[in-house]
Amino acid sequence: MFSFVVYYVNTLLIDTYLLFTPQMVEKGGTLLKGLEISVAEAEKRTGKNAVSIQETYTVYLIETRAVDNVSEVANPTPDSLWRRYSEFEIFRNYLLVTYPFVVVPPLPEKRAEFVWHKLSADNMDPDFVERRRVGLENFLLRVASHPVLSNDKIFYSFLTQVFFVLCLLFCVGFFEMKHYGDELQSVISQLLRVRARVADRLYGVYKVHGNYGRVFSEWSAIEKEMGDGLQSAGHHMDAYAASIDDILEEEEHYADQLKEYLFYTEALRAVCRKHELCQFELEMAAQDLISKKQQREELATGTVRTFSLKGMTSKLFGQETPEQRETKLKTLETQIEEGEEMVKERTAECDEFVKNAWEDIERFREQKDRDLKEALISYAIMQISMCKKGIQVWNNAKECFSKM
Amino acid sequence: MMSGTVTDNNTPTATKPEDLAGQVLDLDEDDDLEVFSKDATFMDGSSFNSPMPTSPGSMVNQYKFEEEEEVPDTKDIFVTVDKPESHVTAIETFITYRVLTKTSRSEFDSSEYEVRRRYQDFLWLKGKLEETHPTLIVHPLPEKFVMKGMMERFSDDFVETRKRALHKFLNRIADHPVLSCSEDFKIFLTAEELGTHKKQGPGFLSRIGDTVRAVAASVRGVRTRPEEFIAIQDYVEAFSQKMTSLDKVTQRIIKEQKEYSEELGEGSPVYTKWSDIEDELMVPLKLMASCLDRCHRESEEQVLQLSNSLLPTLHEYVLCTDTLKAVLRRRDNIQAELEAKTETLAGKKTEAEAEVESKVLSLAWDSLVGKDPDEVRQQRQQKLKGEMKEIKEEIDKMDDRLEWANNALKADWNRWQERMRADLRSVFNRTAEKNVEYYEKCLAVWESFLLSQKTEDSEGDNILDS
Repeated sequence: MFSFVVYYVNTLLIDTYLLFTPQMVEKGGTLLKGLEISVAEAEKRTGKNAVSIQETYTVYLIETRAVDNVSEVANPTPDSLWRRYSEFEIFRNYLLVTYPFVVVPPLPEKRAEFVWHKLSADNMDPDFVERRRVGLENFLLRVASHPVLSNDKIFYSFLTQVFFVLCLLFCVGFFEMKHYGDELQSVISQLLRVRARVADRLYGVYKVHGNYGRVFSEWSAIEKEMGDGLQSAGHHMDAYAASIDDILEEEEHYADQLKEYLFYTEALRAVCRKHELCQFELEMAAQDLISKKQQREELATGTVRTFSLKGMTSKLFGQETPEQRETKLKTLETQIEEGEEMVKERTAECDEFVKNAWEDIERFREQKDRDLKEALISYAIMQISMCKKGIQVWNNAKECFSKM
Repeated sequence: MMSGTVTDNNTPTATKPEDLAGQVLDLDEDDDLEVFSKDATFMDGSSFNSPMPTSPGSMVNQYKFEEEEEVPDTKDIFVTVDKPESHVTAIETFITYRVLTKTSRSEFDSSEYEVRRRYQDFLWLKGKLEETHPTLIVHPLPEKFVMKGMMERFSDDFVETRKRALHKFLNRIADHPVLSCSEDFKIFLTAEELGTHKKQGPGFLSRIGDTVRAVAASVRGVRTRPEEFIAIQDYVEAFSQKMTSLDKVTQRIIKEQKEYSEELGEGSPVYTKWSDIEDELMVPLKLMASCLDRCHRESEEQVLQLSNSLLPTLHEYVLCTDTLKAVLRRRDNIQAELEAKTETLAGKKTEAEAEVESKVLSLAWDSLVGKDPDEVRQQRQQKLKGEMKEIKEEIDKMDDRLEWANNALKADWNRWQERMRADLRSVFNRTAEKNVEYYEKCLAVWESFLLSQKTEDSEGDNILDS
């Protein structure tokens, strides 16, 4: 489970990644054509982690070189940044959440589990690190060559931006919350079912003892010396049989407490879905903005980057007049302005939602932990009470039996 | 009245008595008892015919002796049944049990015997004892087949339960003042091969004759059953019903308890699964899972006690009521036979009296066939007198036999009641104890859970304080 320190999304970062150079993205094509990617090196680092404990970890160098589309020659000086394995994980989780219909490429193994000739799973082992480096590079290349994934803007910022977009963390957080909600619902349902069956059986056990009461009573009528002992033992058996009603009623409280959290999971899921919706709307606005900007660029430079019917027809039927182009540009500018406003709005909405939702989720989590712990304790107390009653009844019965 | 305690395990309990010789001498000094104990029909070889003790008074004395004396804690014969073994032959597969006897009684040549017996052999012994002592109460044997189909004939459980029941059966006989002195019992404990002994005994035809007589007598019924036996009969009827009910109830409880225990066991893995998806709650949930698991195991143990101890005992007493009914029937038969004989005698008397006033017709007939009527009459009178004398003698014997049978039954009935009371009291006591134990163990489990949670809380508080 994640533990989050930062609550809100840095809006500046969103702006930044939205406004990357359009020529890096080719609609319908793949990023691979425009960018050379490699995981060049691996290094050991030590530092303080989220809970302020010193730890050693490995970082990997991601190098990107822009490829000139015309000459197909790579820029000699690459851009680079260091990332550690857990950041790759976060990024991949984001892909899983955002593209549920895609078979997302896997990461190399987290721990050195399947190393055949090593005696211990050592993540610092140089062979392991090297093989991981290759695996991580492979992962990035796979994503870059995927028709859908390669267009993802977060992918680009993962490759190039030092400040990784933090809202990604929240995507994962919400995803995991949703998953938790599902699991909790399943577990509590099972528990409630088992509890109901157990209660049923226990009821049976206690009630059948009532028959002892009846038979003892009848039997005592034909006995001389044993009569009294049997009669009183019979009364205790009756009391025993009757006691189950109260016991089970108390247990119902426990069931009710569980049920409350069963229904809570529904609400939890609703919040996660709302987050998905917010995110989706933001992405739609962002997509729209990007495409408008692309169009502007095309018009401004006269180059056709993307394959479009319009582009083809204009080639076939001749290009527009400068006046037409001017009008078009003006419209686009307005649209872009509106689009940017929309994105800002949506981002702020997302922001606000995420901040509040996550706060409440944290609150909910603490409440749940408290409540359920109390529920468990009160269950134990009930069991203790039941046991004490049982001890009393049977001790009494024993006394009666010894008088037989 | 009881000369020892019956244990469920196979090891004999009490140590051998020291003053044994003195005890045996006591018995011998009583003339009546000596006569009784030397009575061939009772003690030795000829357990073939229904025994007619020469002095019924001695029988009564025997029981009086027992009642007046304090219950001796000394036991001079120890029998254990153990080591079941499976035997396979061409025809059948069966189980034999080792019967180990340790005794200091003088009637036994050695002080230790070890033989192997199968269920059939126990059946033989029971039959012989019932034949010899029709109105003594012999503890029931476990049933021949298990009708419920719950257990296989050779399953460990079945064999174990049967072994315990057989052990109890033999020990009850060993504890019985009269039955333990039975020659058949001795043969059972000591003979290497029972086969030859089994073949001896009343011939097939004479056994048939006995059965026919018994059936005829039971069909005939008793004229006036003495009140005390009516009371016993009524009690046995009612007791039988109660025992059957208790048997059923206990079986039901066992069934419910087993199912409860199963369901309880299903809860534990769910809590474990839950603990896997939690952080803060992981520890208490894991603890919860382990608590449920422990309670589940305690519950299983509790059921064992019910099935291994309470249920078999109740079942034994259900079987006992069949034995009691049979004993009462046999007593009735003895009485019925006596009454039949008495009627026959009365019939003969009537005949004799009628003979005095003979009819003209018979005289006429006699003179026709050339017999002197007076002579004939005299002959007939003599014959009748002879017959009546015979019948009267038989009646005397049967009267004695009935009186003895009644007394034996009365005495043994008291003994049985005491035993029953002790048995049932003890087994119910033990059941209650076990139940208390079960609840105490579960209590400890849950209290430890509470304790651990409270400790965690207090630790948490400490951290906050600092």
